[in-house]
Amino acid sequence: MKITTGGVCKAGTTLVNKTGGWRSFRPVFNYEKCKKCGLCEIVCPDMSVLPKEDGFFKYNYDYCKGCGICANECPADAIEMVLEEK
Amino acid sequence: MAVNLEDKSKMVVTEGSYAVAHAAKVCRPNVISAYPITPQTHIVENLSKFMADGEIPNCEYINVESEFSAISALVGASAAGARTYSATTSQGLELMHEVLFNAAGMRLPIVMTIANRAVSAPINIWNDQQDSISQRDTGWLQLYAEDLQESADMLPQLYKIAEDKEVLLPGMACMDGFILSHVYEPLVLLEQDLTDEFLPAYEPEYVLDPKNPMSFGAFAAPDTYEEFRYLQEQAMQNALPKIEAVAKEFGEIFGRFHGGLIDEYRTEDAEVIIMAMGSILGTIKDVVDEYRARGEKIGVLKVRAFRPFPKEQIRKAIKDAAVVAVLDKNISIGTNEGALFTETKACMYNARCDIPIIGYTIGHGGRDIRLETIAKIIEEAKEVASSGINTESQFVEVREELL
Amino acid sequence: MSKPTPKTYLSPGHRGCAGCCDALAAKFMLMGAGPDCIVVNPTGCLEVMTTPFPESAWEVPWIHSLFENGPAVASGIEAALKALGRKGNTKVIGVGGDGSTMDIGIRSLSGAFERGHDLTYVCIDNEAYMNTGVQRSSGTPFDASTTTSPAGKVSFGNPRPKKNMPAIMAAHGAPYVATTSIGYPRDMIRKVKKATETEGPTYIHAHAPCPTGWGFDGSKTIEMAKLAVQTCLWPMYEMENGEITQVKKVKNPMPVEEYLKAQKRFKHLFTMEGGDEEIKKIQALADWNIEYFGLQ
Repeated sequence: MKITTGGVCKAGTTLVNKTGGWRSFRPVFNYEKCKKCGLCEIVCPDMSVLPKEDGFFKYNYDYCKGCGICANECPADAIEMVLEEK
Repeated sequence: MAVNLEDKSKMVVTEGSYAVAHAAKVCRPNVISAYPITPQTHIVENLSKFMADGEIPNCEYINVESEFSAISALVGASAAGARTYSATTSQGLELMHEVLFNAAGMRLPIVMTIANRAVSAPINIWNDQQDSISQRDTGWLQLYAEDLQESADMLPQLYKIAEDKEVLLPGMACMDGFILSHVYEPLVLLEQDLTDEFLPAYEPEYVLDPKNPMSFGAFAAPDTYEEFRYLQEQAMQNALPKIEAVAKEFGEIFGRFHGGLIDEYRTEDAEVIIMAMGSILGTIKDVVDEYRARGEKIGVLKVRAFRPFPKEQIRKAIKDAAVVAVLDKNISIGTNEGALFTETKACMYNARCDIPIIGYTIGHGGRDIRLETIAKIIEEAKEVASSGINTESQFVEVREELL
Repeated sequence: MSKPTPKTYLSPGHRGCAGCCDALAAKFMLMGAGPDCIVVNPTGCLEVMTTPFPESAWEVPWIHSLFENGPAVASGIEAALKALGRKGNTKVIGVGGDGSTMDIGIRSLSGAFERGHDLTYVCIDNEAYMNTGVQRSSGTPFDASTTTSPAGKVSFGNPRPKKNMPAIMAAHGAPYVATTSIGYPRDMIRKVKKATETEGPTYIHAHAPCPTGWGFDGSKTIEMAKLAVQTCLWPMYEMENGEITQVKKVKNPMPVEEYLKAQKRFKHLFTMEGGDEEIKKIQALADWNIEYFGLQ
């Protein structure tokens, strides 16, 4: 790292900071219940719900902080919060 | 000032504020943002008229609701790649205080004219230099003009210094309020073609642009903040030779030289040297001429750059004098000293040069500075040369009957 | 399957708390605005959590200057783009919290709107100074306990209702002013899009429950935002040229207790003597909203 003039930063560079380590509970999809509505993707404050080609979604556990908003909001009750075992 | 005889044919009689507004115009600013305050008003009124007449191409003038927003708008404009200009004074400059640090830290080469004025309370609209001197730690370049012509000529010089890739700092062109801003004198209005030749377009490395999104103004934790401060200081040091070089280049193109970091007047063999900044220098030079006519070795040191502070140049200029008197139109309350005096003393202390230096704070709130007052100071300085310092720093001619 | 999710321009890796309301608000704002914008972000949680040097979570051009000058900085950027011939459809967007918008920065915001710059300003209202530890702002609601308006033996907390910021902005002659909530992402995305597509100064006031500052679990951020709307304590409406043109109806408003009891900042209303009367006063605020905005 070098100090840039005036501290200018490049776009999208917080990707180096993997916030997945903050997590106590891990969200897990139950694809049998999932209706592919996509609400989980919208309501994730950490942009950690990613669409899959088959229309379902998957988690990016590198950044998911385990807040549980997706599980709380899921209208199909298709997301379970599972205790992380470290 | 070295007068170029060719200039006489180009001279017009005009007000200092008009000359400065005209100078700002020919520097081709993209965004002007200002809030009216006495005695800066004539500068922004003239710029507004230029805008109304379509005389400043590719420029937007923002009539902001405060000085705080005036300088804040320029932070945004400068980060977006614009050449920016404002003018203010006194309370307006003090209101900008927080943003001044910010603009310097973000390394944005904003240029601003300061029509120097006293600060409240008591409220007072007349000239001293307390306003800009109080901003000396904000990281802005500060140049002080001696006369109307220099007040105008300083602007393209300051843009060139501020926008230099090795500097990238904002700058204040300081001119004494009323004494320079409201006086009419014969002078040369800066020519557009010569100014274009002297001052290239501003081309920053990074700008706010959706095509290349960058982030400006991130926060720095203790592991990097110190390096940011270090680099700001380095940029100021880099400005020292630039100020000299730019003044010289200006002289070559325009035929006028007002000094670089400093300007020496009859100091070559001087036993007594009087130091000061701004329009007071004219008065001092008149008195010194009388002394010289009588054969007394008195000289004048004009300090043109207060930030960066030209330690080496000052040391060299005064080291052989028998005594130095520093005149300040400001005071750091609690030290009983003006800033130029304190800093001059400080830069001599470790220089193995034990000459006596005395200080006077003078001209507060527009108090008239008479020739006799300067002569009295010179007489006191001569006394110090022979018998040592009695009073290190003092107010000049306080009206005892009012106390 | 529902409509596809618009792309956002905020990267993960930011330091917002788990369940952060600011991250959601910024995400939705950028979904509505798209990539052709420049964001000005006054000091606050959002600024701090997204840009620790040398990192930035922003994928659009972004600038932070100070706490109280965001709208002035935005004015300068807009003027610069015009002067340099780069304005095109690029929208300048200011985004700040309730403190920077409604308190310390209101002069700057008022000036920018009066001058008529082509910019959108988004207030993320989480109803207190969260970045410094939950101190009271003029966005803090009646009877909320904050660290500078704590409930105590002789106090029910904040003694004043929220400042009516949207009305102030509409009074500036803004062509578009809207309230929204992070509990309704599609509503917020639509309104930000409309604001950025409207010429002139436009204002979005987004209600944003903060789990850390209000005292609820981070999984309930969206739920709490919806409760505020469903109890009619946070009316959602649009104003065009000063007139209310659209209101989100609430068919069966819930009693305010449902919202209050879920948050630590109102806990004292359920334990202190006289709390019942205070809750009635808060219900009266919701009833006033129902009547004034025609929410039912």
